[in-house]
Amino acid sequence: MTEKKKTTIVLFSGDYDKAMAAYIIANGAAAYDHEVTIFHTFWGLNALRKDNQVAVKKGFLEKMFGKMMPRGADKMGLSKMNYMGMGPKMIKSVMKKHNAMPLPQLVEMAQEQDVKLIACTMTMDLLGLQKEELLDDLEYGGVAAYIGDAQDGNVNLFI
Amino acid sequence: MEATKVLDAKGLACPMPIVKTKKAMAELNAGEVLEVHATDQGAKSDLTAWAKAGGHELVKDTDEGDVLKFWLKKGE
Repeated sequence: MTEKKKTTIVLFSGDYDKAMAAYIIANGAAAYDHEVTIFHTFWGLNALRKDNQVAVKKGFLEKMFGKMMPRGADKMGLSKMNYMGMGPKMIKSVMKKHNAMPLPQLVEMAQEQDVKLIACTMTMDLLGLQKEELLDDLEYGGVAAYIGDAQDGNVNLFI
Repeated sequence: MEATKVLDAKGLACPMPIVKTKKAMAELNAGEVLEVHATDQGAKSDLTAWAKAGGHELVKDTDEGDVLKFWLKKGE
């Protein structure tokens, strides 16, 4: 076959539902034999956080950010109808009923399918997130790393 | 139709039927046929488009109430 097509996604949002859409598209594209890149920036970085607390040295503001943001994909809220955390509980129970894959498993599946997960280092600094707090097997980069993949991409999304 | 392999994707939701189909197809040789069973009503459009893009042939498909069945012949 000819050269592989590429799908690139910028995940800016830290909402469970939006991240789920991004990861469903990423997994679908990987099944289409695309080379897939998800570039996580700002709140999207939270999808890559480990769910346990990791001891790292941080300043006061960074610590506060760390506490206020969801620790991992499973803790993220909904973009609509969040209702102080009731919304995610409801949607997860509906998802179970319909056999839809929860976000943490979608992230795992993406890694299994060799989707390239990039964490934006500039926003990691802003939000005080360190490599130790994020999942293993990530790549770290900035806008150039993303453009490098996106410039010959066929599908390019900002979520 | 004689299938080399049968994939049971019943009960799975998007994007799993297509992800599993891709994995199963990777284990077949060109010309062999994969039979896929799915209950996701989007599977018809999904598998048709996926097969076309990947150079496979959707030889036949049936709709038996809730279960959709597909026969995909692996391309070169």
